[in-house]
Amino acid sequence: MKYLHAVALLIVLVASSAAWAVEPNEMLADPVLEARARAISKELRCMVCQNESIDDSQAPLAHDLRILVRERLKAGDSDAQIINFLVSRYGEFVLLEPPLSWHTVALWGTPPGLLLLGAIMIVLGERRRRARAAAAGPAGLSPAEEARVAEILGGEGTQ
Amino acid sequence: MIPELGHYALMLALGIALIQSSMPIIGARTRDPLLMSMATPAALAHFAFVAIAFAALAECYVFSDFSVLNVFENSNSQMPLIYRLTSVWGNHEGSMMLWVSILAVFGALVALFGNNLPATLKANALGVQAWIAAAFELFILTTSNPFLRIPNAPFEGRDLNPILQDPGLAFHPPMLYLGYVGFSITFSFAIAALLEGRIDAAWARWVRPWVLGAWMCLTLGIAGGSYWAYYELGWGGFWFWDPVENASLMPWLAGTALLHSALVMEKREALKVWTILLAILAFSLSLIGTFLVRSGVLTSVHAFAVDPRRGVFILAILVIFIGGALALYAWRAPLLKQGGLFAPISREGALVFNNLFLVCACATVVVGTLYPLALQALNGDKISVGPPFFNATFGPLFIPLMIAMPFGPLMGWKRGDLLGAAQRLLVAALLAAVAVAASFAISHGGPVLAPFGIGVAVFVMAGAVTDIVERTMVLRLPFHATLRRARGLPRSAWGTAFAHFGIGATLFGIVAVTAWGSERIAEIKPTQSLEIAGYQVTFDGVFNRAGPNYRDVVGHFTVRRSGRIIGVMAPSRRTFPAREMATTEAALMSRGVSQLYLSLGDANKDGSVPVRLFFKPDVLMIWLGALLMFCGGALSLSDRRLRVGAPRPARAKVKPALQPAE
Repeated sequence: MKYLHAVALLIVLVASSAAWAVEPNEMLADPVLEARARAISKELRCMVCQNESIDDSQAPLAHDLRILVRERLKAGDSDAQIINFLVSRYGEFVLLEPPLSWHTVALWGTPPGLLLLGAIMIVLGERRRRARAAAAGPAGLSPAEEARVAEILGGEGTQ
Repeated sequence: MIPELGHYALMLALGIALIQSSMPIIGARTRDPLLMSMATPAALAHFAFVAIAFAALAECYVFSDFSVLNVFENSNSQMPLIYRLTSVWGNHEGSMMLWVSILAVFGALVALFGNNLPATLKANALGVQAWIAAAFELFILTTSNPFLRIPNAPFEGRDLNPILQDPGLAFHPPMLYLGYVGFSITFSFAIAALLEGRIDAAWARWVRPWVLGAWMCLTLGIAGGSYWAYYELGWGGFWFWDPVENASLMPWLAGTALLHSALVMEKREALKVWTILLAILAFSLSLIGTFLVRSGVLTSVHAFAVDPRRGVFILAILVIFIGGALALYAWRAPLLKQGGLFAPISREGALVFNNLFLVCACATVVVGTLYPLALQALNGDKISVGPPFFNATFGPLFIPLMIAMPFGPLMGWKRGDLLGAAQRLLVAALLAAVAVAASFAISHGGPVLAPFGIGVAVFVMAGAVTDIVERTMVLRLPFHATLRRARGLPRSAWGTAFAHFGIGATLFGIVAVTAWGSERIAEIKPTQSLEIAGYQVTFDGVFNRAGPNYRDVVGHFTVRRSGRIIGVMAPSRRTFPAREMATTEAALMSRGVSQLYLSLGDANKDGSVPVRLFFKPDVLMIWLGALLMFCGGALSLSDRRLRVGAPRPARAKVKPALQPAE
């Protein structure tokens, strides 16, 4: 039941504020700055929600953060400066894309690592199977089968 | 009286499940036909009692018996009949009842239609099914009893969560559960094969219909959930990489891999051990999905710790079933004989490639979903793994798969001809190149990679068509000969083409709507207009409307294209007094496969309303693609070879075992 849970939580969080995500009065007049604000917002997590960016979230905290991002943009900060500012304030939890560090190595390493490992295992397994098949040679007959062949052929072959 | 009857029936079902889980398996070990033959009547009786329990719960909901706690908390007598019925599974206890009911239905189906199975395999498989059923019934009875009464029955119920009061609830969870639970059958068959230490192509043929069926339902369930979220949540997103969604995607990916590896096993007797492992994994991921959503561990690790009873129980089920199955696998799998050899460039090789990438994609989703939980449990560090991570890792794994997909069906078994396949795909590649050029020409802006995404999607779709064209020799033979060949083509070939075409269509929709969708957010007053993608949307005003258990504030908007009126859109804000909650009912207008999407905020005092207007180019392709995948599965399922069942020799061999003991 995919949404029951997420949605139930979402409802609890926003039941009072019947507003939604980015509101018209939050938006900046300058379309370039506003586009940057939207892009930054999509990378930042709303900390009181379940896996939602502040761009999507209806929570009051997300509203405050959207305003904050836009204020920093108006003050002339770069995208990186704004994100660094939020990380220093809320920790790495705020980033929806976790940066590569010692404790996320296993996370980022899984897709390429597993792909490589899988490819190696397939190649090795294939080689082993081939070697085994080659060693066995073209399916030989057991002594009993040889005898049976001789018996069948016996009548005409030896005469 | 009726809730007690349901409760009692569920207890009886548990008792029968315990018998079914032991006797037939002992019988299969000791070759005792009498014990083995208990499986079929037990499975049918189990189904009957679970059905009684489920019907009792449904009766409480439909006739609004608020003396039952579960009904009081999740229903309301003012709701329309359809939502009173669907709210049976719109909550934890009821959804578990649905889970077990579907399990019982499938168990009964195996019992009824499994007459061509070897007696030991059938007995073992039904026994394993009963282990699962018993575990979940015990879980319901001890921690999530839906039949609990309250002493003083309230006059009115608390109502179902408004977001769930939607036809989506009637469709999405049952479909999803049909998929999850469908994989329990393949799991049972895999465990049965391991218990017997014997497996062959006939096994794959028995299991494939179940894999196909489960996969079809899961596909439709996920797509349905995605469309539900799209129109209900009011901001037009179709996939959020939310852990709850990922929980359903994981078994889908594993199931897709299983579908393809079972094909190799059935046709070539290769990849047996791997197929068994995938069957175990697909159901394990279904269980993990259920655990993630049901235990509360996602909301926060703390919520899980506060009320750990349910969570710990499900965790125990997970550990016992997954751990046990994998241990059995490690112990017994070496006994299974490996089958046919094949060259790396061959149909088998292509399917191995498919499995490698699908499993890696699946592992990525699993790790991405569980990593934050694991890290927090280990050292308390809190990190988020959100859409940017999945887009960065899942995409690169899926694109090679997509590019390789059209090659697979064009290659021969055992030894394929890559160059020959490439030559036959020349037309498809040319079409893809044209699509890339056209998207560059038509689109202004958007990500640079998007036209290439469109190119890949067109290549996949054209490749699927190429396969059919090649097999029927369209244009090379006279029309009636082509038609005859098309009719003679196995249904499974059509199924493959449909499903592959569907994947291409879905990719097309995803790329187009993500890259070139546009959005307007504004506050507008009556008579004012918004422009989007060549459409002019004029706000006429708002009016009130009363529903059975809600109030609507409806906005009236006129849509024009180059001055001509083409329709009206009426989005609304819906307030449910029972819970004092509001939902956004977005208005959708389809233009071909694209959509205009309009959602409404709360009106201001000066008469203006905040609106969000989206243009979603080709968005319907996403779900039409999923529908095509479903149709592909259905076509493949209707293939004569699957209906006919196992080859004769296997059946003849087991005949003596079926005779009753004197």
